[in-house]
Order: sequence, then C-alpha cells, then structure tokens
Amino acid sequence: MGDPTWDVVVVGAGVCGCAIARELSRLQASVLVVEAREDVCCGTSKANSAIVHAGFDAPTGSLMARLNVEGASLFPQLSRDLDFAYERIGSLVVCTREEDLPALRALLERGRANGVPELSIVGRDDLVRMEPNVSDAAVAALWAPTGGICDPFDLTCALAENAAANGVSFSLNERVTGLHRLPDDTWGVSTTRGTRVARVVVNAAGVHADEVHGMASIQPMKIVPRRGQYELLDTTAGNHVRHTVFALPTKMGKGVLVTPTVHGNLLVGPTAEDIEDKDGTQTTAEGLARVREASMLTVRDIPFRETITSFSGLRAHRPEHEFAIGEVPDAPGFVDCAGIESPGLSASPAIGRMVAGIVRDILGLSEREGFVATRRGFPRLDRISLEDWDELVRKDPAYGRVVCRCCRVSEAQIRDACRRVPGARSVDGVKRRVGATMGRCQGGFCTPRIMQILCEEVPDLDLLGVCKSGPGSELAVARDKDGIGGEAHEA
Amino acid sequence: MRPEAISRLADYDVAVVGGGSAGLSAAIAAYDAGATRVLVLERDVRLGGILNQCIHNGFGLHRFGEELTGPEYAARYERALGERPIDVMTQTTVLRVVPGQGIVAVSPEHGVFRICCKAVVLAMGCRERPRGALDIPGTRPAGVFTAGTAQHLVNVEGVLPGREVVILGSGDIGLIMARRLTLEGAHVRCVAELMPYSGGLKRNIVQCLDDFGIPLLLSHTVVGVEGQGRVSAITLAKVDDRLRPIPGTEERIPCDTLLLSVGLLPENELSREAGVRINPATRGAYVDDSLMTSVPGVFACGNVLHVHDLVDFVSEEAAHAGECAARYAMGDGSTDTGVAVTVVAGDGVRYTVPSSLHPRTMPEAVTLRFRVTGVREHCRLSAYLGNERVSTRRRDIVVPGEMQELKVRAEQLASAGGDEPLTVVVEGA
Repeated sequence: MGDPTWDVVVVGAGVCGCAIARELSRLQASVLVVEAREDVCCGTSKANSAIVHAGFDAPTGSLMARLNVEGASLFPQLSRDLDFAYERIGSLVVCTREEDLPALRALLERGRANGVPELSIVGRDDLVRMEPNVSDAAVAALWAPTGGICDPFDLTCALAENAAANGVSFSLNERVTGLHRLPDDTWGVSTTRGTRVARVVVNAAGVHADEVHGMASIQPMKIVPRRGQYELLDTTAGNHVRHTVFALPTKMGKGVLVTPTVHGNLLVGPTAEDIEDKDGTQTTAEGLARVREASMLTVRDIPFRETITSFSGLRAHRPEHEFAIGEVPDAPGFVDCAGIESPGLSASPAIGRMVAGIVRDILGLSEREGFVATRRGFPRLDRISLEDWDELVRKDPAYGRVVCRCCRVSEAQIRDACRRVPGARSVDGVKRRVGATMGRCQGGFCTPRIMQILCEEVPDLDLLGVCKSGPGSELAVARDKDGIGGEAHEA
Repeated sequence: MRPEAISRLADYDVAVVGGGSAGLSAAIAAYDAGATRVLVLERDVRLGGILNQCIHNGFGLHRFGEELTGPEYAARYERALGERPIDVMTQTTVLRVVPGQGIVAVSPEHGVFRICCKAVVLAMGCRERPRGALDIPGTRPAGVFTAGTAQHLVNVEGVLPGREVVILGSGDIGLIMARRLTLEGAHVRCVAELMPYSGGLKRNIVQCLDDFGIPLLLSHTVVGVEGQGRVSAITLAKVDDRLRPIPGTEERIPCDTLLLSVGLLPENELSREAGVRINPATRGAYVDDSLMTSVPGVFACGNVLHVHDLVDFVSEEAAHAGECAARYAMGDGSTDTGVAVTVVAGDGVRYTVPSSLHPRTMPEAVTLRFRVTGVREHCRLSAYLGNERVSTRRRDIVVPGEMQELKVRAEQLASAGGDEPLTVVVEGA
C-alpha cells in the first residue's frame, strides 16, 4: 500500500499504547499506532475504577509495585502538562474486624517497602472524622494521601493528542491479523487494511495481547478477561465519601471500592469474574447485586436509588498476575506490554517510559528537538468561575450554548472534540472527550444535538451514519417512511 | 463564583425559568396580574418546550375545547405572549437561582450575566428516567432510547431510531411512540409494563395500542439486553407481586430497539441549589396554595412541581403560579398569611399538591391535585379536617396513571387552628 517503513508500530491505543506513543515522540523515530476500534480508549482503559493507586497492593519487588509507585508519582506533573482531570484525594483501606488488624499493618509495611510515601494507620475516631459515612463496623484504616482519581478517557485522549502533535500517526478501525519477519529483519504487520512494515512492534493490545503475542512468538502467553462491574451514581451522591474507600481483603472476600469521581459522581465496584469472551462487557443482575452488597462492608447508606448507569469492563489478567514488559527473546524487535491490569492505569506513565526506553535501546534512537510536552485540555464549565466562563463566551459564543445540561458541556467543547487529532467521530467519542451524555439524563436530551454537531464537523457524515461507538452502532436506521416495509414513499 | 461579580443585565418583577407550556402560561398570567416587567428564560432556540416534538393531537381539550397538536397548543400561548410586552431570552441557560436576588444565566449573546427580580417561577419541566436508573443488565449497544429521545429523532430530525421495537413502560410517551413508530413503518413487538396496570391514560391505550393490535404485557419487565454494535435482542420476564422477575418466565425477543418509558423526574437541580425543600414523593418542591416553595419569592409549577398527564392542567396550574408570583413581586398581600393547614396524603393517596393551605389568604377555592397509590373502583376521594369531611367526590374508577383533583373552599377551613392537618384519602363509596 505504498506505506513507509515505520520505526515503531504500536498495536493498541489504550492508555498504555498512547503513553508509549507519547514517550516515543520524544525520540527521532517514525511511530504509528494502529487500533482495532473506532477510537482511542475503547477497551480496558475506558471501563475501570479510574483510580491512581498509591502502590501498596502489589508484592514488594514486583514490576507492578515498582511501576505503580513510579507512575503515581508522575501523575501530578503529567496532569499539569496535559491538562487532564486528576485529583489527589487520598485513599483509605478500611478494616472492619479487630482480628484483621495484623493484615492491615502488613499492608502498611508492604506499602512502605514498595516506597509509597506518607502511609499511616488511622483509628476509628479519626476515620469517622475523615469519612463520616464509613461503616459502623470499621475499626481502623490504612491512609494513603498519594492515592488519587483521574478521568481515564481524558488521560488517554490527552496522551494521544500530545503524541499526535509531536508527530505520531494514528490509524483507527485497523485490526492486526498477523505478524511475520521480513528478510531485512523488519516486521510485516498484516492488518485489515493491508500490510505495515516496522522495525519494532509494540504489543499493547490489552485483552487481545496474548493473540498478538502469539503472532510473533512461540512462547505461550495467556490473557484471561476478568470482568468488573460497576454502579455509577449521580453527582447528588458524589459527596457520600470524600476519599477512595477500599475494603481490606480478607477471608470474607475482596470487597469493592467506593469513590468519588473527578466528575463529582460516586462510583461503586468492581466485581472480579474470569470469563472467556473478550467482548463480554455485559453487566449481570447477580454481578450488580454483588456490587451493592459488598459495598456495605465499608460504607453505609449508599443511595443506590441515585444510580444513573451501570457498566462493566474487562481487565487483561494474566494468571501470573504480573506485567509482561520487554522484548520477547524469540522475536527480536517485538516488545510486549501485556497483562496490564490494575494498577495498570496508575502505572501507565511509568510503563510509557519503560517501553520507550526498551525501544530506544533496540533501535539506538536519540532524542529529537522540538518536543512539546504540553497539551491544551477542555474547559470544565462545571468547575471554572463564572467570570472565566464569561471570558470564553466573549471569545467564542458557542461556549454560551449549553448542549449537555446535566454536565454543563457547551457546543464549543463538542466542536473542539471533533476537531482534535485524533478527534471524536461518534457520540461516545464526544462523551469520552468532554463528558457530554455522562450525566443524570444519560444523553436523553442532548444526543440528537450531538448527532447534528457531528454531522456538521465530520466530513461526509450524515444523521444515518452517526454511530454511538464503532461501525454497526448507528443510532438511526432510516429516514422517516424511507426504506421500511418495502418501497420508499415519495417525498 | 460570586454572583455579584457578574454583570447585571436588567431588572424584572417576575422571571420565569423555562419557556415550555408551564413557563409560557405563568409569564402571561404574571403580566395580566399586574407585573409589568416579566422575563422568560429558555435554553432551546425556540419557545414551546417538549410540545414542539409532540405532533400528535389531543392537547387542549379541557383548555380550548378542541383537539390541537403540541406545536399548535404552544403556538396559541406564544401568540398570547407576543401580544404582551414580555421579554424572552432563548438559547439561555439558567445557572443559578439566588433567592432574594435574582438569576445567573449564560447565553451566546450576553455571556454569563445576572438579572435581578422580585419573584421567580420555576418551570423547568422534567426529564425521562434513563436505562441506568433501572439497572437493566446486559450490554450497552446503540438502540436503547428513552421514548422522548426517539420521539425527537422521528418528529424533529426526521429519522427512524429502529425497525423492530420493544417498548418498556406504558407511560403516555411510550404509548404515543408505539403508534408513531408503527405509522412510520416500524414493527412494535409489544409494550411491557412492570406494574399490573398501565401507567398511561386509558385513551392512549385504546388509540395507540388496541387500534394497532400492539400487545400490552402487564407485570413484565426487561431483564437483559444483547448486542454489540446495535441491540440484537432483549429478554422479557414476568414479575411477581413484589415486582421481582420470576425465574423460568424469560422470553428472548429479537429486536433492534428498546424504548424506555419508565417514568419522568422533575428537573429540580436549580431548585435544590437555591435551597428549595423537595418532596420525596413528587421529587418536586413542597408548595403552599400560592404554589410558593419553601423559599420566599420562588414559585413552582408544571412538571417541575409534579409530573402531569395533561398539558391543559399544566397551563392552569402555571397561570395560578404566575399570578401569585406577580402579586408577591408587586408587594400586594401581606407577608402575614395566618395559620397554615398542612395537607397530608392519607390512605390510598401518594402525594398532594399543594402541601399546605393558608385559609386566611388562599383563594376562595383551591384545587388539590394528587395521585392514588393503586387502582380502585367505585370509591370516593375525600378531604378530612379532623373528623369533618370538608370535600368529597365519587369516582367510578381511579388509577395511578391519572391525576385526581379535589376542590377545597376557604370557608370550610376557616375553623382550622393549624394544628390539625387536612387529610386526603381514597375511601369506599
């Protein structure tokens, strides 16, 4: 297809693929990210707890522990550079039985050994002061001030936009179907669109990373989709807890977390179910019931009648429960970034650095001049001052036309989302970038208007072509009285 | 975010938030009652609210004695509004109602601004309960719409949201859409209703379902949604008398669309922020006989107060709110309203509007509006002050889907001391 030989092809545009691409864009390399889905952030990265873990969970000495702690420490600066939503609200691991206190202390010690700063154990009185709705059974908690929350869509889009601004190419709706070594030691990457040629291939394919790995290597790899179901509550419930509240894992079970989100909602979940289907993102009545039940272990009186949606996501779980990052011995120039499950989001900035370092060493790349580290975010009309909003309207009157009333998203942000690179091409793409349709009416009022704006902004798109997400998810099926029930009526 | 720091655009006697059926009627009545400076704030590009997408007829039977379409009904009020020097700001979103001061809003023309006013009428209407609030398990494909969104797509955008349709919920919009989609050539498989009775008006069941042979399945709900890109099937199940799905009754129905007509929720985010007390039964404000909320000078009417079945009654209620707001703004009527009689929802009654009456200052007669908790035949709707029945009506049948009315006269409450509530009940005939 007349394609150049790329220095690097990154397979997958989730948070890791985009973080890797951004780090690679600091180097003198041509980089292409190929993504099977219609947009960035469509797999594991889009449906998770949106937590930046402090780093006390993973076993000391593991890659997970190291990259988690390093990643979490990078978030504050990264969120300023890339202007995405991140708040260091701190996290609590709540212990509800006296006999489990030794396990809580063990968690504290592990966290300290992992290098997590500022950890301490708080007693019940302090805990109740910090978290008035904590369960009556709570006896103590591990307090980690460096725990945080972020918007994973915003983070991933920010990484992708910044990478693109620094010269990285993105190709969406392009699925990798095979890999083969070419005589000149480059890789031929077969895709649904033809063949790409790359000196190095990075496998950041999420739950499909085992399949991509298997195209290059005979060493076995297994990824098990581990489903997590969540309930999302309205912003009216967003103050129910002030920090991310985890349950101390015990014989009684792992428990679920209860946390505010950066959008002011309350998020409760996840379950952990190993399944076969890599598209198995359906919720189940049993799973959602389990979320509600398990949440009561640590937090009381959660107003579940304020639920606005439920969702589920798949973690890319490896039975070894460890990140698999590195050049694969029997496949020179093929670099795995696989098994990235929790705390993968927290570790992603560090993963980006690590993988880019591996690629740099393989290809002997040097830094290039002119890297731009910053990216302009989207104004948050629900957060900025009225004076600042007024300023925005003076510059662009479209900031005065509120389209999504629940989340206060204006026409200007929606148009901006469509004009970015890579930009929004679907209603969900708009939602991921600027939050429209994420509120209490779940797009009931604003979906038609967003469809219109997409048609105005995206070349060759009409109302019948507008999708909720990828191809096949068209929102309208025909013009009125057109093509239904046989012959079309005359206009 | 100090509202004082925002530029002050103008001063009004009465500002009405929302230019739908309630807001239009309230503004006209406020002007006619003597408020000379009246403003309507509307976020859409045009007035009329949800009436603009309701192109079916049946509006105005009570108010005008004829059957109008939604846009025709709205047009009558817009014309009446236009005949009066009432200011209208469209494409204007109200951001905050500041009690005692005014309103903060944003528009492309004026940026973020504030207006000062003596009284505010809340007329923001309601929104539809989305899928998430029901926690229907399954995937989240395209093809799940609230009935109102589908109505907008068909009637305003001119596109069909699906070909094979299942509708959950027998609220009026769902029933109307069953007919509308059938007329456009789609196939409506059925309407499923969780309750053992329909949530919509009888006339809509006859005209929208029976006339088109669309089955209404009572005591059924949707327990699953399938499909990756677009809906490919849903699963229906019967529910028991505690509304729980009965295992073994599941039926899988291939379809590409699921419409939800499962309840309307008053849009009271602005009201809550302004400190207005909200009645959990209606999700609207607690109001007195003047439709004033717990915040002095802030009035509420229409679907933001409680969800109505008929626009005619919205207009009537809103006119009362507009008139009372004008009187408040013009300083007519003392702030001393005397004792208040609390109105209580008794046996068989879910809520009442208003929830308190002032016998000394209330109009000669006040209409209590309320909903019953279940279907009841050959019964009476009565209001008791202590043991004394002060008002009663015989009814052949009452259902939760149809709002009930009962008039109470001020003179009958004259003896009330304020410690005894007025209790509204459904009782045997």
